[in-house]
Amino acid sequence: MFNFTTGSELLEVCAQQQCTIAEAMLEREARYYNTTKEQALARMGHSYEIMKEAVHEGQTEELHSMGGLIGGEAKKISAHRAQTAPLCGSIVSKAMSYAMGVLEVNASMGLIVAAPTAGSSGVIPGVLCTLQEEHGFTDEQMIMALFNAGAVGYLIMYNATVAGAEGGCQAEIGAAAAMAASAAVELMGGTPRQCLDAASSVIGTMLGLVCDPIGGLVEAPCQKRNAVGASNALVCAEMTLSGVGNLIPFDEMVEAMYKVGRSLPYELRETALGGVAATPTACQLCGLCS
Amino acid sequence: MREISVFDVIGPNMIGPSSSHTAGALRIALMARRLVSAPIKKVRFILYGSFARTYKGHGTDRALLGGILGFNAEDKRIRDSYRLATEAGIEYSFEPNTTEQAIHPNTVRIIMEDEAGNGADVVGVSIGGGNALLKQINGIDISITGNYQTMIIMQKDEPGVAAHVTRCFYEENINIAFLNIYRQRKGEIAYCVIEADNELTQSLVEKVKELPLVRQVTVIQL
Repeated sequence: MFNFTTGSELLEVCAQQQCTIAEAMLEREARYYNTTKEQALARMGHSYEIMKEAVHEGQTEELHSMGGLIGGEAKKISAHRAQTAPLCGSIVSKAMSYAMGVLEVNASMGLIVAAPTAGSSGVIPGVLCTLQEEHGFTDEQMIMALFNAGAVGYLIMYNATVAGAEGGCQAEIGAAAAMAASAAVELMGGTPRQCLDAASSVIGTMLGLVCDPIGGLVEAPCQKRNAVGASNALVCAEMTLSGVGNLIPFDEMVEAMYKVGRSLPYELRETALGGVAATPTACQLCGLCS
Repeated sequence: MREISVFDVIGPNMIGPSSSHTAGALRIALMARRLVSAPIKKVRFILYGSFARTYKGHGTDRALLGGILGFNAEDKRIRDSYRLATEAGIEYSFEPNTTEQAIHPNTVRIIMEDEAGNGADVVGVSIGGGNALLKQINGIDISITGNYQTMIIMQKDEPGVAAHVTRCFYEENINIAFLNIYRQRKGEIAYCVIEADNELTQSLVEKVKELPLVRQVTVIQL
């Protein structure tokens, strides 16, 4: 019953059981992974604590990345927001700053939650911690939002991939942003179908994004893509909550993403041989070949 | 099909920056250190493939040392493992090998020694998502993931060892999920690797050791 493997099966479960996506995912975990709902909730609570701590660290600590390509960007965004009305509005400004800060924590060997990967670990905390602060959601609500995000990520992992080496950045940041958008829609009172519509919109708008990290490191352009992933999640959630539908169902969009990923050349799948990584300036910054 | 828990998606919780180059490297060293029973005093890491090229920027070196120090994937001390290893009196070196190509990209060979000069020589591979595989111990090909409670028995390749070991498991009421014996040459040293569902107790280890053909027993429970 709760062993869904596609988005349409998940929607059927939600309709039959009159439950949210988060509740369906929690039920699935308790049934098939030798745990109780209480244990799974407590474990997810620990994950959320780590996310919040990483956001906080990114805003307050002086962080030095291992590769030296990033550091201090999150604070700059927040300082700008404190000084003047930010161009993107305060929610987007905050979400992008939080997402970038978590990437700085990651790049400086701090503690993060891979969600779904380390390279995309800023997107979900960026969106969720911002929404909690701006809307006053409880931790319990945020933990359920993570189960919602987990359901979307699971479906992408099961039917496609979330690995940059396999599917490019569209699979990593794309998945993270789809997960965050779905979680945001559920938090704001959207239906399960709207959650998957938002996720589908995200994937459709990030299709084709390549994985081309400078020096092969999880720093640049990864950090900015986390910011863009977080903003994209909010934009797609907003569209969905406004009643803007999505032509392509989630399952078909995931398959399209997988096909695009497989047709990306080797150079554009985390090898640091193409894209941004292969620009002359990136080569100067990197020193891998020397 | 693959089984995917929600915590495989929202997780692992880990010290960054990379699940394959940092968390996976840590896991290799966490498993490898168990093969030396006395405190490790000297360790050489030989890095291959992508590990050799990007280990500094990914903190692979700090993660490997952190694993030798016994830190888990969430331990914030990993960042300071150079200093902490020195304080613990561990001599260490990292040697990138960029000439050998026909090896999995994320491979490391770890050569460890205790004060008396006893040690182990282990090859491990990081296989993605923070998962890892030990694939060689002291020149003998094996396969250990650490996903189960694992016992590694270094034994003489003679009749009776497997019978003795399985009897010990039976007597302690521990279910064996997988059992494999690896050897290079007949009659020499072999490794028996047992993966079990339940915790491997000290009394089980003592029982297994009673047979003289058993030379060393290592337990990996991550």
